[in-house]
Amino acid sequence: MKLSLAQVEHVADLAQLALTEEEKECFREQLSSILEYAERLQALDTADIPATATVLPLENVLRDDTVQPSLPVADVLANAPDVEGNCFRVPVVLEGEG
Amino acid sequence: MKELTDLTLEEARDLLDRRDVSSVELTQAVLDRIFSVDNDVKAYLTLTPEPALEQAANADRIRAGLGADDPPPLLGIPLAVKDILCLEGVPTTCGSRILEEYTPPFSATAVEKLQQAGAVILGKTNTDEFAMGSSTENSAFFPTRNPWDLSRVPGGSSGGSAAAVAAGMAFGALGSDTGGSVRQPAALCGVVGLNPTYGRVSRWGLVAFASSLDQVGCLARTVGDAAILFGAIAGYDARDSTSVDAPVPDYLASLKDGVRGLRVGVPREYFIEGMQPEVEAAVRAAIATLADVGAEIVDVSLPHTEYALPVYYLIAPAEASANLARYDGIRYGLSRQEKDLWDGYRQTREQGFGPEVKRRIMLGTYALSAGYYDAYYLKASQVRTLIRRDFDRALTQCDVLAAPTTPTTAFKLGEKTDDPLQMYLADVFTLALSLAGLCGLSLPCGFDQAGLPIGLQIMGGAFDEAAVLRVAHAYEQATDWHKRKPRIA
Repeated sequence: MKLSLAQVEHVADLAQLALTEEEKECFREQLSSILEYAERLQALDTADIPATATVLPLENVLRDDTVQPSLPVADVLANAPDVEGNCFRVPVVLEGEG
Repeated sequence: MKELTDLTLEEARDLLDRRDVSSVELTQAVLDRIFSVDNDVKAYLTLTPEPALEQAANADRIRAGLGADDPPPLLGIPLAVKDILCLEGVPTTCGSRILEEYTPPFSATAVEKLQQAGAVILGKTNTDEFAMGSSTENSAFFPTRNPWDLSRVPGGSSGGSAAAVAAGMAFGALGSDTGGSVRQPAALCGVVGLNPTYGRVSRWGLVAFASSLDQVGCLARTVGDAAILFGAIAGYDARDSTSVDAPVPDYLASLKDGVRGLRVGVPREYFIEGMQPEVEAAVRAAIATLADVGAEIVDVSLPHTEYALPVYYLIAPAEASANLARYDGIRYGLSRQEKDLWDGYRQTREQGFGPEVKRRIMLGTYALSAGYYDAYYLKASQVRTLIRRDFDRALTQCDVLAAPTTPTTAFKLGEKTDDPLQMYLADVFTLALSLAGLCGLSLPCGFDQAGLPIGLQIMGGAFDEAAVLRVAHAYEQATDWHKRKPRIA
């Protein structure tokens, strides 16, 4: 099965990647061949097999809701491209509201 | 006397303990070695000589003040850290343009534990971008070269750490293993690489690739050295909710127990058509050696081995596509400022990620997307259960498993870069163990005719690193492969 260009564009859209035309064509070929290789899994009957999401016998890990020391705000903001006061600054998300 | 940089960690530690050498001398010797060979090998992304020498001087002061007390286990030992583990105040790039300018405000738990044990940190080693790769060629900055043959890859993704340890540019190093990224480069560079059980070492501060698989591991010159490093980083950490609260045994002391009475299983599915004959011969000979030193050899089967590769290359990219959603150009990392929030997000990622990372994000997003989730991600997660059951069953018949680490020795730079599937096949013998979440180690077991190292993989049950290390140590004691050094030219 070969992916269509529209499928590649849809996945790139979901993944928030602005691919070039060249990249789209390249990934179309490569993803198709990797997925074709993965088809061999379909030969296995897994109807009664539970999925493994984690190998550990852990359920939710909870901790007490107590205040712990955290990193200084200035240190955390130091890597941000745009800050205002104690906040990360981003372009307008919802235009014309508020 | 041997060159200082040719010593094992244990030998260096003995010299420090006897005051025959200072940590400053040892660190300077390693730095000189790096200055002389790393222009060719290119193992380090960031070298921090001045802080390293300061840490060494501090270690010497601590040692002088100790009197007869035992020093911390790594006091004054120069080590390297894969550039996917955070080190406070030092750039942590993950081999990616998107984090080229990122300096973390904290250190990973595993790194902190090395520092608490007294280690001197030399710098950060090269990696495939976000640990995605098997050759270190996916580093956005430059490929690392194999110290045994500079035209060949060191393996990956912890190729910088493996090459540094092999070439005398560190007495040990941290790496990370998601599908073989410690064991495979260890095999290709002729060093020891240990991938601990999932949950054994805290991953706090390890930049996430595939969270159900990622583990922090270590690379070393000998099994004893690996036991020392591993003992220093193992243990529970409340900051990592997947770390397991189980006692940490004295791994170094347990090496002395030997292999008499231990059963070593040989999984028949790990000897396949198309593998390099010299690799198969060396591994078979190694198994015979284990029998000679007292292990009982049993044939076992891991019937779903052939499915590990497709399972891994659906699950790991699926998890990666979620983990790497955080690179949005807002809080840290590369940022392409556009008028529109989403444009900025997309352009940041387009410019910041390299081809393999984009490929895996695409593959993972596809495997998780509506209409394909059941056929790909869910199916792979079910087959993962079958793979784990294979190991559980086999490990009722034996204590550890022995197999090749890789199907071939180190390949040439550029040989597999155009065909992702061929590159993925380099990990064919290491993926299943990662999917099962168990522990494994690679150690040298010979050389091919071209003089390239061959790796023997010892795999064990959950939290049974002590058995894996014992078997590996017994083999190492009976052979001298680990004493060979690459001549870099």
